[in-house]
Amino acid sequence: MMLSVQMLRVWGSISFVSVLAVAGEVLIASGMQQLGDLDDLRASKGTVGTVLAVIGNGKFFSGALCMAFNFFAMLFALSIADLSLAAPAIASLTYIGNAFAAQWFLHEKVDQRRWLATGFVAVGVALIAR
Amino acid sequence: MKHALKPSQYAVLVAIMLTASVGDSLLARGMGQVGQVDMHHLGLLWQALFNPFVDAGIVLLIGFFACYTTALSWADLTFVMPATAFGYVVIALLGRFWLHEQLSPSRWAGIALIVCAVGFVAGGPSRTEHPELDQMDAGVGR
Repeated sequence: MMLSVQMLRVWGSISFVSVLAVAGEVLIASGMQQLGDLDDLRASKGTVGTVLAVIGNGKFFSGALCMAFNFFAMLFALSIADLSLAAPAIASLTYIGNAFAAQWFLHEKVDQRRWLATGFVAVGVALIAR
Repeated sequence: MKHALKPSQYAVLVAIMLTASVGDSLLARGMGQVGQVDMHHLGLLWQALFNPFVDAGIVLLIGFFACYTTALSWADLTFVMPATAFGYVVIALLGRFWLHEQLSPSRWAGIALIVCAVGFVAGGPSRTEHPELDQMDAGVGR
């Protein structure tokens, strides 16, 4: 019973960190999608104007906030889970979660090629980070 | 809508791969010199800011974030993702050929899988076309 509660805490924290990372990356991607090609933006607004446009974008700001929370949540997760489990598990779950979220929320066309790549990356990262 | 990337955009993707991996390695090296930070030794975080490896790592990670957001402005998240994962390959190969560390067969397998993933994605379009969403976004952005 104790073991299952501990397992629940470990996997709960790993999932929480992964969800925050996915939310952060999808919000940032959505914000950048909204702004369009930064090279074009720089041509019209200049470098400072582009930086201000990026920072002032609500989705980008929320995404960056999620990434900041993700950093602290990661520290918390590492205090209750082994690094050798948490690091590859969080990285793999984040890559898979990103693919689903990109399809659902960003309406990206995740074709077979990209699903295969996502699977390979998730397994590859887990193997390297072990 | 562009599907093929310009040379400068490939350069941004390569910068993503290199800055993340080298930046992380520099931070790890710097923090190794600073020592273990816990709730009772939070002052060490201030000291860490004066470590040259930590400073170089922070500069590279800021560069990574700038390149990453730039890439997301012209490519899909699922296109850029394998490029970020390639950083793990760079770290592993740096360890093997620069620090002469031994890589286990499972690590070599991981490297092969990520290289294949980058190859799969690089062969496809960099961005999904959705004109109706682009129009909506342009309206929201105004």
